[in-house]
Amino acid sequence: MTVKDKEIAVPGEVLAEGMDYLPGQGTYREGDRIIAGRLGLASIEGRAVKLIPLSGKYIPKMGDTIICQVIDVGFSGWRVETNSAYSAMLSVKDAISEFIRRGADITHYFNVGDYIVAQITNVTSQKLIDVSTKGPGLRKLHGGRILEVNTNKVPRIIGKSGSMVSMIKDATGCRIIVGQNGLIWLDGAPEAEFTAVEAIQKIASEAHLPGLTEKIKKFLEEKTGKKIEAHAPSIGEHSHDKGDR
Amino acid sequence: MAYSKRLNNRKFDETREMEAKVGIIKRADGSAMFRIGNTWAYAAVYGPRNLYPKFLQNPQRGILRVNYNMMPFSGSGERVRPGANRRAKEISMVSEKALLPVLDLKEFPNSVVDVFIELPQTEAGSRCAGICAASMALADAGLTMKDLVAAVSVGRVDDKLLVDMDYSEEAYEDGPVADIPIALMPQSGKITLLQMDGEISKESLKKAIGMGKAACGKIYDVMKKALKDKYEVH
Repeated sequence: MTVKDKEIAVPGEVLAEGMDYLPGQGTYREGDRIIAGRLGLASIEGRAVKLIPLSGKYIPKMGDTIICQVIDVGFSGWRVETNSAYSAMLSVKDAISEFIRRGADITHYFNVGDYIVAQITNVTSQKLIDVSTKGPGLRKLHGGRILEVNTNKVPRIIGKSGSMVSMIKDATGCRIIVGQNGLIWLDGAPEAEFTAVEAIQKIASEAHLPGLTEKIKKFLEEKTGKKIEAHAPSIGEHSHDKGDR
Repeated sequence: MAYSKRLNNRKFDETREMEAKVGIIKRADGSAMFRIGNTWAYAAVYGPRNLYPKFLQNPQRGILRVNYNMMPFSGSGERVRPGANRRAKEISMVSEKALLPVLDLKEFPNSVVDVFIELPQTEAGSRCAGICAASMALADAGLTMKDLVAAVSVGRVDDKLLVDMDYSEEAYEDGPVADIPIALMPQSGKITLLQMDGEISKESLKKAIGMGKAACGKIYDVMKKALKDKYEVH
């Protein structure tokens, strides 16, 4: 082993020598060496060596809940921007339950420029993406503001089963939805929104540091002047989100 | 008169002073700066992102687009005419081909990764500096790469072989000169760019490439440190 756990590895760097280790995500084997295939944080789990991504664009995955913007309206659906390399298709049948006459105007459901919370239902090998708004919490977003962070920071912002985002919600009174694609929607009083944005940006910039929950708790207590009690993982709005490992 | 001592007091296998920094352009998906002597290169990476017009799309893998540009004030005082010219187009193309072998864009069919290399100040070795900056920026953008790419120019001035020529050496007039920019993958030692301007014997060329490989090792260390510095816990 030539690299330590939780150390940064750059592409081409030798992570381990000998056949005792197995190449995991983001690594490859060449001869008897395991080599980094991207920039990332080395993680050694038993015999497997993998790299946790620290940067990079969102890669659409089936089942992810994302926030996206409508960029085009067609006959039978909408095209939405997903903050990745590809746009997605939201077809009427995956969006609305009521009967819609053929050729009807569908812009009063979603119009160009609207933000929606949607779930990815299918991704093909050619990266054609289908999204759906049928499901708990999936809807059009009214008001509020959109914040963009790196998609790799999302698990930290959500926290273990939503603990981090719940803490910000409780402290600021904002409504917050975190999309796996790095777009975050928040809505609340102007001052509270500002504090929430600051907190989220702080998490994003310090995502790789330990003791983050404590730091954010202190930050929020200072800003809001409220006492925050230790947070039990909440079940509900974020139960379908993939939070921290 | 033979070229017995370098005009700038460097050793024959010594590069100019280097500096590298990663993540300097905040809005880009990946970015880096690389300086070698008086040559500065900035690189910004955007993507993978949508690619239009559609006929440029490749359904098998994403494509790489590199744009090399010298800023109008970057030369020796003479204004560099802005915009694409024959030289810039060629360098964009060879930089693209120097970087492509390390990249794996199979995950991103029909998309593009754009790399913009801007040079605010140049004094020889600009394509090499650009490739170094671009390879760090691509790594910073989180793309799948099997290695970084380090690049340096080697050459011959009169009867001497040397590494990282500066302008005074490229323009040496009392004897034959050869300028050979090379780029390679430091881990495997495989060469991805090899050009030459001037003339050199086969034996000398082999020796010069050997010197270039050693210098690229040092450049790789600088690049590696810059990448780690951005993310390391301080």
